[in-house]
Amino acid sequence: MNVSQPLLSLRDLSVSYGTIKALHGVSLQVPEKAIVTLIGANGAGKSTTLRAISGLLKVQGGSVVYDGREITNELPHKIVGRHLCHVPEGRMVFSNLTVAENLRMGAYLRRDKGGIAEDVDYVYGIFPRLKERWAQQAGTLSGGEQQMLAISRALMSRPRCLMLDEPSLGIAPILVRAIFDQIVAINREKGITILLVEQNANLALAISHYGYVLETGRVILEDTAAALRQNPQVREAYLGE
Amino acid sequence: MFSRSPLSLPTACQGAKRWLIAAVLCSILLSFGQFNRYYLGVAMDVGINIILAVSLNLINGYTGQFSLGHAGFMAVGAYTAAKFSLVFAVAAPEPARPVLFLVALVLGGAVAALSGLAVGIPSLRLKGDYLAIVTLGFGEIIRVIVQNLEAVGAASGLKGIPKYTTLGWTFALASVTVYVVVSLVNSTYGRGFIAVKDDEVAASSMGINPVRYKVTAFVVGAFFAGIAGGLYAHHKQFLAPTGFDFLKSIDIVVMVILGGMGRTASVALAAVVLTLLPEVLRPVSEYRMILYALLIIGLMMARPQGLFAFGRRAVK
Repeated sequence: MNVSQPLLSLRDLSVSYGTIKALHGVSLQVPEKAIVTLIGANGAGKSTTLRAISGLLKVQGGSVVYDGREITNELPHKIVGRHLCHVPEGRMVFSNLTVAENLRMGAYLRRDKGGIAEDVDYVYGIFPRLKERWAQQAGTLSGGEQQMLAISRALMSRPRCLMLDEPSLGIAPILVRAIFDQIVAINREKGITILLVEQNANLALAISHYGYVLETGRVILEDTAAALRQNPQVREAYLGE
Repeated sequence: MFSRSPLSLPTACQGAKRWLIAAVLCSILLSFGQFNRYYLGVAMDVGINIILAVSLNLINGYTGQFSLGHAGFMAVGAYTAAKFSLVFAVAAPEPARPVLFLVALVLGGAVAALSGLAVGIPSLRLKGDYLAIVTLGFGEIIRVIVQNLEAVGAASGLKGIPKYTTLGWTFALASVTVYVVVSLVNSTYGRGFIAVKDDEVAASSMGINPVRYKVTAFVVGAFFAGIAGGLYAHHKQFLAPTGFDFLKSIDIVVMVILGGMGRTASVALAAVVLTLLPEVLRPVSEYRMILYALLIIGLMMARPQGLFAFGRRAVK
């Protein structure tokens, strides 16, 4: 891994919800083409970190640098235009639109018809279920299918970096497997950098290259995923051993 | 199974909606073949209400905001157009009048759109009930201003407005409204309205600017409400501030809800039904409004998804 010039780096990021401080100076680096994971308990600040990067939350201190440019506190829809795409927690699909229309919305900022059609074929290829249900309203899909759609929709914006927030949350284990296999495939085949937030630390560390452990808004540990899996502290607190 | 490409918009459904609307409009026109003055008046009310309901549906139905200020936008358009006509059109030679009428209507729409912008921007941080209250306040402010403005007749109303509104004008503009709203929402750009309604966070993480969509909905909605106001002014020939109180806004909201939020054809149909219903009930005189209210409650209980909401949107 080339760590000299990370695609995304956070320096000393702090974020508050009203008077409550949620992030106390989080710094982390995501190298290009890597899968980096943030693990931690509920309320550790994992989702907050992603929301701050994508501009959904106001950053009070520190900076977000993406592709050599500072993007701290830019508007969310501007950040997407930089090919940094966030898949928010809770499978937020457009429930009144069909599967195909949802995908089309993902390509909202693109004008290259040929490329869009190509990418639709690609996501139907990795998630055949979506192809079967292309005309169905997204609100009628199962949880796992909605997650597939949310990821696919994000892919439609041709991201260089994809931020996934809890993709396994509330999904049948068999579908979780399929989704994680495809996350790895997206990373390998398309070279898309992935920043993954996941409560299921076992699963996350199994597919990641590098990991950060967050606790009450601070990074308390960072290492390669393999090393974190061997770390006794991590094993006890997060891997349930 | 894949008769259309998975990516194509549901064009078939779009076509069906337009035909449905055209059919309704034609049948209304035909049924008023005698052109009795009373029927003619009711038919124009129907057309004006279609414009109001369809334009409000863009704000409340598609974009998922809750505006109670539609009568306010209508009032702005009505008074602007009426004042313009009284100053310019009345003195103008006969052949110039249709042109001046169009100018009056568009001017009314434009001023209403500006007020839509004025309400839309500060209201962006508000949702649901809170937005409803702000727009309600806006409507009342407009009414109070008009009530105290001598230039537009203040509390005694604006009299002597020339009768320029015809059935042709009304339904031509109703068709324009339906056409604009339907093609706006069915475009790729327009799917953004529904996306913003479904989930703002997800919409902005797709590169959609929710702020722009919400303001656009308000501006376009207000524009057509203003047009409806101009038609109304040149139809009734008299404007009273009390005609634009919040009960008028509620009437329009009821049309949108009863029709089925976010379905243009159904909302237009509901506007037709709800305008005709009180007229049909005239024979029962004093029980008329009680019966009207009971019918609305009954219809809502029988079809909570909307009176004419058949099947799911856009799916074959």
